[in-house]
Amino acid sequence: MLKTFPKGGIHPEENKLTSTKEIKKLPTPKIVYVPISQHIGIPSEIIVAKKEKVQIGQVIAKSAGFVSSNIHAPVAGTVTKLDKIIDSSGYKKQCIVIKTDEKDPSNYEDIVYPLKTEIILSPKEILQRITDSGIVGLGGATFPSHVKLNVNKDKKIDHLLINGVECEPYLTADHRLMLERAKEIVIGVKILLHALHIEKAIIGIENNKKNAIQNFKKLTKNDKGIQVASLAVKYPQGGEKQLVRAVLKREVPKNRLPLDVGVIVHNVGTIYAIYQAVQHNKPLIERVVTVTGKKLEDPSNYWVKIGTPIQNLLDEVGGIPENTSKILNGGPMMGKAVKDTHAPVTKATSGIVLIADDEASRGKAINCIRCGECVYVCPMGLEPHLLMNLTEKHLWERAKSEDIMTCIECGSCSYVCPSHRPLLDYILFGKKLSKN
Amino acid sequence: MSDSILNSIILLASLGTIAAVVLYIVSKKFYVYEDPLIAEVDDLLPAANCAGCGSPGCKAFAEKLVATDDISDLFCPVGGNEVMKSIANLLGKEVNEKEPMVAVLLCNGSCEVRPKTTQFQGPDSCAISAMIFSGETDCQYGCLGKGECVDACDFEAMYMDKETGLPVIITDQCTACGACVAACPKDIIEMRPKNKRDLKIYVACMNQEKGGIAKKACSVACIGCSKCLKVCPSEAITIDNFLAYIDADACTLCRKCVEVCPTHAIIETNFPPKKVKVKTHFNASPSQSKVELKTENDA
Repeated sequence: MLKTFPKGGIHPEENKLTSTKEIKKLPTPKIVYVPISQHIGIPSEIIVAKKEKVQIGQVIAKSAGFVSSNIHAPVAGTVTKLDKIIDSSGYKKQCIVIKTDEKDPSNYEDIVYPLKTEIILSPKEILQRITDSGIVGLGGATFPSHVKLNVNKDKKIDHLLINGVECEPYLTADHRLMLERAKEIVIGVKILLHALHIEKAIIGIENNKKNAIQNFKKLTKNDKGIQVASLAVKYPQGGEKQLVRAVLKREVPKNRLPLDVGVIVHNVGTIYAIYQAVQHNKPLIERVVTVTGKKLEDPSNYWVKIGTPIQNLLDEVGGIPENTSKILNGGPMMGKAVKDTHAPVTKATSGIVLIADDEASRGKAINCIRCGECVYVCPMGLEPHLLMNLTEKHLWERAKSEDIMTCIECGSCSYVCPSHRPLLDYILFGKKLSKN
Repeated sequence: MSDSILNSIILLASLGTIAAVVLYIVSKKFYVYEDPLIAEVDDLLPAANCAGCGSPGCKAFAEKLVATDDISDLFCPVGGNEVMKSIANLLGKEVNEKEPMVAVLLCNGSCEVRPKTTQFQGPDSCAISAMIFSGETDCQYGCLGKGECVDACDFEAMYMDKETGLPVIITDQCTACGACVAACPKDIIEMRPKNKRDLKIYVACMNQEKGGIAKKACSVACIGCSKCLKVCPSEAITIDNFLAYIDADACTLCRKCVEVCPTHAIIETNFPPKKVKVKTHFNASPSQSKVELKTENDA
């Protein structure tokens, strides 16, 4: 039997349309809009001025605290504006607008770095490199990676878990990266093992990506420290706590982190970014984005510079097809609908999914019939119907005591509800207000 | 037979006496002194329990009124000056007379002038939709139209106009308790002085975008052109972030700004039609429709 987490979970249609499509390079955009808040924590401080010339990879916004991150120029060019630009939710957020210098060759050349297997830097230098390069968790939460790696000495860490699960339907960005950059990822894992002084690493991959599993097994045959775990397909296995439970059979207590049970979890995309930062001193200025949808003629995966308008990606795949009624930033389970396609791609954007008319509608919400489906599928063991009721009645104290804050926002409850009740919407609202 | 009747009478009488004695002792032992004034003040208050005064209810407000020496800052918006005066007489304290206020919606973006560019299928709640995205129209400042303010109103002073998609405030019923102001996630309801005959002039827009962008999203948006600023004789208008604001205390209700506003973002309510013919659509401002609706309601 394949490993998986025991509590809850669902099996949405996979729809991984782009799993065989090689990652292409998206042409460099003419203008990039770089938001200064692309991570969890304090927004970065802008350190460039209007009309200033910037080089590719130059720091343009500095980390403004411990839980914050540097932001680098994705292109060489001139800063034209420091303005508030509409983001995918429709609200305006502070951005640095850079006009690409079309004469600068560094904007267009496709540097293929030779594989660098030797790890020269000391653990301290590695951590510094990761901090400087503005690396954040690329699985979607965008938590600054250096915070995760700064482990208190009295905490014993014995395992590094690599999250290659990609349980969201449609998305294949991590899958393609695991196929095309497997060697680099393995070195990235070794870098982290070296930096954290731990021996064991496990790469967790769902069984629907058999080629990636075999690929890694072949590459790590001689490495005793690195194992590959093949996992049963179930959503939301990509959640940190679910993955730790599935691979290591360790339960992360509520309001605690995997760190407390001796595990550090990183996404494969993050590992690749760490490899590039440590071995080639390349900051995080681009990421893989899956552009997909059933009606698209040529859905594909792209290397996209941070700050590229989503519209550029849509143009590249041949424009928005007819009868498209929803464009999602992220996967269909956890992604958010995009209000304006001119919003930029950020470090959190793992995919752009176009949903057609016939599948986009949410259905009319009717009364709760007390079937308990939401309780059955909740991977955190919560009672979503109750949390929604408490939020509706503004009973924040009670909601908090029912552990509303432990919700991982996977959306399984809303997915299965036969009455189409907007459970997650209310729980998100409840979480926001219960905090205070 | 007669014995059993006698017995039960004796039994009940003695039980009653014992209970009375116990109750008497308890009431003496655990007696809590309460100023009789509190009950009297509570009687004078309107018993709406709306929390518009800042206290959780009328009783709590009465306690506060009795306990505080200087009550000139305290005010019951529902009862108004009359109630406050009678309370002041009763307590022998002084109150300040306050101008009656009324809630005003600072958005005039009806479905017609502010087209919807997206569709929201989530729950019918302003707070949740504001948390998820900026709204169905291109204006991130305007009314979301889910009617959470109407639900919050305890005085039936608000209703949703289905044609415009905006809430309407029935000024005669509004007590200025502020429940709608607290309920609105976009902060577009403001308390403004009611004035005589409910005459008001205000900028019905909160859009802080540059003129072009604001106008594109909503044809009655304030574009920050500062025409009103120039024409205002009493310096009541300020412009911040491409948005005009009329200070109600300084405004003399001369209506000059209403005439010059190119987008009709400045609204006048309940003024009689001007004798000098201006342009017809000024007279067809929502103020007029509001008056009609009110009369309908009265009938």
